Amino acid sequence: MSAPLDFRRLTALVHKESRQMWRDPATILMAFVLPIVMVLLYAYAVSLDLNQVPVGVVQETDSPAAQDLAAAFAGSHYFQVTPARDRRELEEAILGGRLRGFVVIPQDLDRRLAAAGSQPLVQVITDGSQPNTASFVENYARTVVTRWREDRGAAPPGGISLEPRFWYNPEVESRRFLLPGAIAIIMTMIGTMLTAMVVAREWERGTMEAMISTPVSVMEILIGKLLPYFTLALAATAICTLLSILAFGVPMRGSWFALLLLSSAFLVPALGQGLVISSAAKNQFVAAQLALFSGFLPSFLLSGFIFEISSMPLPIRILTYLLPARYFVASLQTVFLAGDVWSLFIPDILAMLAIGAVFLLIARAKTRKSLDT
Amino acid sequence: MTPAADSGASAGPPPAVELAGVRKRFGRVEALRGITARILPGRLTGLVGPDGAGKTTLMRLLAGLMDPTEGSIRVAGCDPVTERERIHLLTGYMPQRFGLYEDLTVADNLHLFAELRGLRSADYGKVYDQLLAFTRLAPFTERLAGRLSGGMKQKLGLACALMARPQVLLLDEPGVGVDPVSRQDLWRMVRELTGEGMAVVWSTAYLDEAERCASVLLLNNGLVAYDGPPHDLTAALHDRSFLLRRPVEDRRAVLSRALDLDSVCDGVIQGGSVRLVLGRDARPDAAAALAEASGASLEPVAPRFEDAFVDLLGGHPGGGSAIARRMPPAEDLGDVTVACTDLTRRFGTFTATDRVSFQVRRGEIFGLLGPNGAGKSTTFKMLCGLLKPTSGQAQVMGLDLRAATSEAKGRLGYMAQKFSLYGLLSVGQNLEFSAGVYGLENSARRERIQEMVEAFHLAPYLDASPGELPLGFKQRLALACALMHRPPVLFLDEPTSGVDPLTRREFWSHINGLVRKGVTVLVTTHFMEEAEYCDRVALMYQARVIALDTPDALKRTAAEAGVHEPTMEDAFIHLVEQVDAGPEAAGNGGRP
Repeated sequence: MSAPLDFRRLTALVHKESRQMWRDPATILMAFVLPIVMVLLYAYAVSLDLNQVPVGVVQETDSPAAQDLAAAFAGSHYFQVTPARDRRELEEAILGGRLRGFVVIPQDLDRRLAAAGSQPLVQVITDGSQPNTASFVENYARTVVTRWREDRGAAPPGGISLEPRFWYNPEVESRRFLLPGAIAIIMTMIGTMLTAMVVAREWERGTMEAMISTPVSVMEILIGKLLPYFTLALAATAICTLLSILAFGVPMRGSWFALLLLSSAFLVPALGQGLVISSAAKNQFVAAQLALFSGFLPSFLLSGFIFEISSMPLPIRILTYLLPARYFVASLQTVFLAGDVWSLFIPDILAMLAIGAVFLLIARAKTRKSLDT
Repeated sequence: MTPAADSGASAGPPPAVELAGVRKRFGRVEALRGITARILPGRLTGLVGPDGAGKTTLMRLLAGLMDPTEGSIRVAGCDPVTERERIHLLTGYMPQRFGLYEDLTVADNLHLFAELRGLRSADYGKVYDQLLAFTRLAPFTERLAGRLSGGMKQKLGLACALMARPQVLLLDEPGVGVDPVSRQDLWRMVRELTGEGMAVVWSTAYLDEAERCASVLLLNNGLVAYDGPPHDLTAALHDRSFLLRRPVEDRRAVLSRALDLDSVCDGVIQGGSVRLVLGRDARPDAAAALAEASGASLEPVAPRFEDAFVDLLGGHPGGGSAIARRMPPAEDLGDVTVACTDLTRRFGTFTATDRVSFQVRRGEIFGLLGPNGAGKSTTFKMLCGLLKPTSGQAQVMGLDLRAATSEAKGRLGYMAQKFSLYGLLSVGQNLEFSAGVYGLENSARRERIQEMVEAFHLAPYLDASPGELPLGFKQRLALACALMHRPPVLFLDEPTSGVDPLTRREFWSHINGLVRKGVTVLVTTHFMEEAEYCDRVALMYQARVIALDTPDALKRTAAEAGVHEPTMEDAFIHLVEQVDAGPEAAGNGGRP
């Protein structure tokens, strides 16, 4: 009986895999070119910041205060204002999607100002078919009103000055939190998709059949795949990080050590998932599809990378707890934008390792030195 | 190296492999249906049978890559199910597909498998040099494995399987895709290994390879049809095999008539002659009567393994062809139906065909013979109008393929390798589709399809998927689709490779019948026996036609060079060696 882990065989496998990796243009493309493309894409093309949103401003009175407030809206760079006298004038534009909402400056604006109570000054009506934009319009409309009031020197209700301040990302620039998220996506691609595909390729080409007819053990085969792709994914992460910091001004407030630790922890479930897929899918097409649906898309949609988890329905929100990318994205954003907050990192790392351990155990149980299915 | 034996009390060496009642099921399909056999060390055992007989499944069971559904297996004294790790130490296995890393060099592959098989580092240098000398791969160590020729790939696969000296060597169809010269090399290597006491199992669909084995395990349809030395099986046919040499009458007519007789068990065309095997109970003078009637000289010949196999399976399926009987004579548009002149095709700097010229006469079977990569398929594709030649001309029925492609295509039928049928369409829909593609309409279409269904007895299978059909019916369907528009010229691309001998015979009965109606047939093959059915054969090697003559004349050139009773394969090797020896052809990968 051969030992479960023979160091010589393992070295030979890692050596072989590394050589193949360097010779395969697809791997190089996926590990080095794709990350750069992704970073550029998220830096330039994808922006969640809204500017110049088309809205209407219905001015129901001609009092100086109303005119001043309407001018404040027109002057805001958040909005592109279509003025109106009557809300009925704008209904059609809202229905046709030309306006995202409108602000009504009511007839009794002066009375409301004088009352200085909790009564809102303006009414904001938004197009609910695009919820994100709708809440954006609402929030920024309120900001405009608050700022306008302060500028008029009116004492705010309760005598307290409210000034919105965005911590960690003062310019509320989306690329700052998108780029760290992009790293998670790239690592999912390399960890899960590339790993699943290279194993499937061995089945497709018949090299796996030759390999499993030798005394090599399942553990050696698995680790022989894990180590090279682990290294490759870390290298890709380093490239993404450097590019984000140097070219796009994403701050790196945490330490490289924390980033390395978090990335390594995330790669355990990512690679584990790739190996689980490869134990089921023995051709590259199926492997790529499975990796896309079980790895890439959830990481993209449910990790909090683009859509905030807190605004998801409860069942989906519960589902995200099973997703390693969720923990990784949250921690990455902290590392880049806030700093080393170990009280947040440690639970995240433990969660990722736990999910990874489950994947690896499944991969170990399902991968057999056998052609029986 | 002697086979390790813990208890060798019985006489003779203990068997290297013992199989008892082995069955293997895949879902509803039973690939092996009760195999009981022994394989001895120190000799070459052929695992022989047509595609789908269960050879690869049995190989994988022996290599410990699958578990049997029932029955027990012992390989080198171990149970592959419970002692998988030991089995993988004691056996060397070479899978059917090239199982090595094409993006690594020859040296990388050898080194990887030495490490995986646990070869001691101290021994590596010596073993490495030995294996390179043995396989004659020494000049190619730095070449990527993917860039090797088919023959060299197999030799590299063999070298990797031989690392750390296995007791049992399992080779799954090592002869496929290998040119005859490299194949001889493989045989030589295997003979040396068995001489050292190794048990070698060589699986093959080529029955001529069986004759070279010391012992044969003949599989058919998941069962052992024969187990023993090949000569014991052929010896039973000793007085029953004859050659009707050069009949006055058309040899295809002679064969067709002979096969309808009860006294004839099997018959094939062999060049200009007809080879017959008499039935078990036939009177010996039955052959003499046939010879006299056809004006041929009768000559008793040594029986072949294939004769014995066909006899074992119940004889030739019959010489008639219902489809050929129904076909009207093919239209006569001059004596030359297919012609090409200086046909050259380059892919980048690589020349796939180099000034290929020949003419095919009406009603002739013309063969393009050669190893993989010789340029057969490229020539074929240009003649069918699927590929534009770089230079030179090709004509079908007088039509230039550059100018009148679609008109020329309407006059030819094409049967692709492995009967490429539409798996998601039913048999009936496949027929409908090919009738539609060739522009048959309404009543003509219905009539023609009905004709095909009756001639090929496809009625019970009309709603089945082609994938579910028995091999013979699959072949009939593919032929029916190619013949739907009654083409005067028929192109067959590797029509019977991997097919069992009975199915192959049925196929050639149809082709012989069609040719007698004036249909011209072009066939590519790397299967030497198939060349015997041809009137003339163009031998292709390294993009050029190196010989073009009747099969008999080609064999004669080998006979003149001193080969005794040469086969087509001998003729091929002889001619290729002449080419290689001629202009000092360097680095062609054959032999140094």
